[in-house]
Amino acid sequence: MLESAISCRNITKKYGEHTILKNLSIEIPKGKITTILGYSGAGKSTLMKHFLGLVKPTKGELTILGNEVPNLNDDELRKFRKRFGMLFQYAALFDSLTTYDNIAFPIKEFTKLKKKEILKRVQELLRAVGLSDESLYKLPSELSGGMRKRVGLARALALRPEILLYDEPTTGLDPITTKMVNDLITTTGRTENTTELTSVIISHDIQATLKISDYIAFLERGEIIEFSPTKEFKNTTHPTIRKFLDLTTH
Amino acid sequence: MTMVKNIFIRFFEYIGAQVLEKLEGIGSFTKHFLDISYWTFKRPYRIKLFLDQFYFIGNKSLFIIALTSVFSGMVITYQTYIGMKVMGAYTLVGPIVVLTIAKELAPVFSAIIVTGRCGAAMAAEIGTMKVTEQIDALEVMGISSRQYLGVPRVWATMLALPLLNLVFLFVANIGSWFVGVEVLGIEEAKYYSKLKSFVSVSVLFEGLIKAAVFGYIIGLIGTFHGFKVQGGAEGVGKGTNAAVVWGMIVILILDYFLTSILVKVLYEYGV
Ligand SMILES: Nc1ncnc2c1ncn2[C@@H]1O[C@H](COP(=O)(O)OP(=O)(O)OP(=O)(O)O)[C@@H](O)[C@H]1O
Ligand SMILES: [Mg+2]
Repeated sequence: MLESAISCRNITKKYGEHTILKNLSIEIPKGKITTILGYSGAGKSTLMKHFLGLVKPTKGELTILGNEVPNLNDDELRKFRKRFGMLFQYAALFDSLTTYDNIAFPIKEFTKLKKKEILKRVQELLRAVGLSDESLYKLPSELSGGMRKRVGLARALALRPEILLYDEPTTGLDPITTKMVNDLITTTGRTENTTELTSVIISHDIQATLKISDYIAFLERGEIIEFSPTKEFKNTTHPTIRKFLDLTTH
Repeated sequence: MTMVKNIFIRFFEYIGAQVLEKLEGIGSFTKHFLDISYWTFKRPYRIKLFLDQFYFIGNKSLFIIALTSVFSGMVITYQTYIGMKVMGAYTLVGPIVVLTIAKELAPVFSAIIVTGRCGAAMAAEIGTMKVTEQIDALEVMGISSRQYLGVPRVWATMLALPLLNLVFLFVANIGSWFVGVEVLGIEEAKYYSKLKSFVSVSVLFEGLIKAAVFGYIIGLIGTFHGFKVQGGAEGVGKGTNAAVVWGMIVILILDYFLTSILVKVLYEYGV
């Protein structure tokens, strides 16, 4: 068995009467790309918020990179989050800042690098996500959706995270940009990081998931009903997942 | 009979829901206040962000305050003159007008203008960041959004408003002098003769303290309604509106209580 980066044991999350996650257990392996699939409202985003400590489980244990996340206090949490990068659905770039300032933001905030060194690092990151220096001093409003995603990814990578989270990275993008983002997800791990990068993706794009993931989990009404390496996942006999697979692949 | 009963039940359900909602609002506002206080004293201090906001507030409100204050000074002089003339006490016009402006008009009007200009802008800006996940992005980077966005705005309004209050006071008095002396023809010596016996440093302080408190409240309410925004653009609109409405309501109510406290603290004669 592979070493786990994220380990959920019997996590239950309730909002009032509603149970969003039910006794959920999953071991997400280190250094791999794992995708969590599921219908809308299954609880995918809620699960991801647990990873970041933005939401606390009602019951259960959650260990990430050796930290008992629900037990961390606010200061420890903020430190802990620096080990994550996150690419948001619409990139969530700071719209008053240029590409340079967006990518440099976490670097300025958390390192003591000099201006020149920051610029060098930003250019390096920009190249890693396939953008040229031309975009450096443009505002987010002057970039296309796909470019914004790339900048968002560069920002997420700036502090060399150990875990990279993607919330629906391709929802709402055209096929070409989708392919580009997917390629980016598979290549980032290798080109950019010195330590092993663990990627966790939330998605309902089954095609891409099958192509880029090492492991796939299927979340249905707050429960993981299947979690296996991609090859096995394709041949699952679970009726709900078969339906999902057959609906979207031909 | 059952219909009446139903209406009764509905009525109490409605009242109950309203009360709960308001209590919840007070609870989350208190939490916001405590958060801002806590983060005010946590490093790193965001001096540059504070200065940016301070400049933004001054820049956005200065012209409007100068423009409105001159007319406020003029009209209040006119009205006071009409009242005093009846009693033949028009030498009191000067002192009454100066007191009114320094103690009430300057802090309250400046606060209302800043609420409209800056409280609204804060709610809109932070609200937009909320719905586009920029706030989440900050938090995920391990940066407190209250510290990064909230604290600089609250302190900037708190410190900018007393200065704007001084501008209002100064310009309004020019307007008042102009109407009193030039338009209504009160002799300048008489206009200012009684001023010394009424106006003291305490009067100035009263206005400044009020302005600072109002500024703090405007910043707190503006940022609160920004962070509270939910949903899309519609949510941002609602938040902006709430920031302005609540800002004005709270200023006007608070003004009474502040006055009654400050009068006891600042002046020998008390009440
Ligand atoms: N803060 C909250 N309070 C109450 N209910 C919530 C909250 N957050 C999420 N939920 C509920 O939890 C359920 C799962 O939401 P979640 O956002 O995790 O779904 P999802 O799988 O990410 O869906 P989507 O694919 O649409 O993003 C939904 O029914 C939602 O209404
Ligand atoms: Mg979601």
